[in-house]
Amino acid sequence: MQVLYGRHHVRVYRFALRLVRKEQVAEDLISEVFLDVWRQAGKFEGRSAVSTWLLAITRFKALSALRRKKDAELDDETAAAIEDTSDNPEVAVAKKDTGNALRNCLARLSQDHREIVDLVYYHEKSVEEVAEIVGIPENTVKTRLFYARKKLAELLKEAGIERGWP
Amino acid sequence: MTAKDKELAEPGKIEALLPWRAAGTLSDEETRLVDEALAKDPALARQYEVIKDELAETVLLNEDLGAPSTRALEKLFERIDAEPARSASPAAGLMARLGALCSGWSPRTLGWAAAAAMLVLVLQAGIITTAVVKHGNGYQTASSENPTTGTRALVGFKSDATLDQITAFLVAYHASIVSGPQAGMFTVKFGDTALAAADAEKLIAKVKADKIVTFAAATQ
Repeated sequence: MQVLYGRHHVRVYRFALRLVRKEQVAEDLISEVFLDVWRQAGKFEGRSAVSTWLLAITRFKALSALRRKKDAELDDETAAAIEDTSDNPEVAVAKKDTGNALRNCLARLSQDHREIVDLVYYHEKSVEEVAEIVGIPENTVKTRLFYARKKLAELLKEAGIERGWP
Repeated sequence: MTAKDKELAEPGKIEALLPWRAAGTLSDEETRLVDEALAKDPALARQYEVIKDELAETVLLNEDLGAPSTRALEKLFERIDAEPARSASPAAGLMARLGALCSGWSPRTLGWAAAAAMLVLVLQAGIITTAVVKHGNGYQTASSENPTTGTRALVGFKSDATLDQITAFLVAYHASIVSGPQAGMFTVKFGDTALAAADAEKLIAKVKADKIVTFAAATQ
C-alpha cells in the first residue's frame, strides 16, 4: 500500500484539489480514496491502468464531497479561492505575463471543464481513459474538451489576450 | 442553430484529437493522421501551437499545487489499522497486477522515470566512489547494510534540482538513496541509526523545508 500511495498520492491529491479547491478537503479525500483501494483491492480486474482507476474513485468522492456542501457556501468559497490564490486576468495582463493569465483562466473554468483539461493535459489520459473516469461517451470527451478550450479562449479574450484561435 | 452554425461549433475529426497529440497519448495510427494534417493545414498548425501552450500552463498550474502533508498518510494508516483483520491474498494479487500495469505508463511519465533512473545511477556511482575514497579499505552501499538501521523517508526533488545540489543534500544529511524513483520519489536513508519518533519527525520537517525538496514523508 505504501508503494502504491507513494507512486500515486500526489497526482490524486492534485486532481482532488482542482475539483474541491480546499486543501484540507483534498487531503481527507486521498485517505478515503486509498482506504477504498485497500478495501476493494480484490475487485480491481486490471482492465485499466491503476491511475485511471484511482482518478475515477477520486472524482466520485470529490463530487460527493461537493454535493454535501450547500451551493451558496460553495460559490462563496470558489469566489474566495479565485481572489485569494492569484492575480485576476486583468492584473496578469498588466504584468505582461501571458502564462500567468492563462493559468488564472484555467482556474476559472467550470468543474466539468477543469477536470477534462487536467485529465488530458496533466494526467495524460487517452480519450478512452477519460471516458471511463468521467463516465461519458468518447465523442463527448472530445467535444467537451473542445468547448473547454473555447471557453478558455473567451476568458483570455476578456482579459485582452488574443491567441489566434478560435 | 443552423447546420452551418453547428458545423462551425463542432470540432473536426482531426482537430478534436490535437490535445491528445500534444499530450502524446494517441495511437501510432492517429498520430500519423494528425501529423499529416498538421503538415498540410497552417490553421490547424497554429491551433496546435496554442494547445501546446495550454498544456504547458496546465502542467505548471498542477505542479504548483504542491503535495499533501503527511497527515493524509497518517490518517490513512490509522484507518487501515482500524479495519477488521483480512486475508492478505487480495492485496498480493493487486500488487502483482500493479507490476504488470507499470508497462502502461504514458510517454511523458516513462521519459521522466528514465531520466530519474539515470540520475540514480549517476548518484549511486558518486556515492560508491566517495565511500571508496573515504574508507580506503573498501565500501559499503546502503542496500548492504542492516535495513533496520537509519531513518528512511520518501523524498521528491524539484525537477530543476541539479546533480550537484542533490549530492550536496545527501552529504549534508549523511544520507543515501536506497531505491527509486517511484512516482518521482526516492527512498532515502538518513544516518546509520534509527531515530526516536520525535527526532525523526523533526528531521523530516527539516528535509521538507529544503529548497530542492518537494516532498518528504517517513517510510519503512
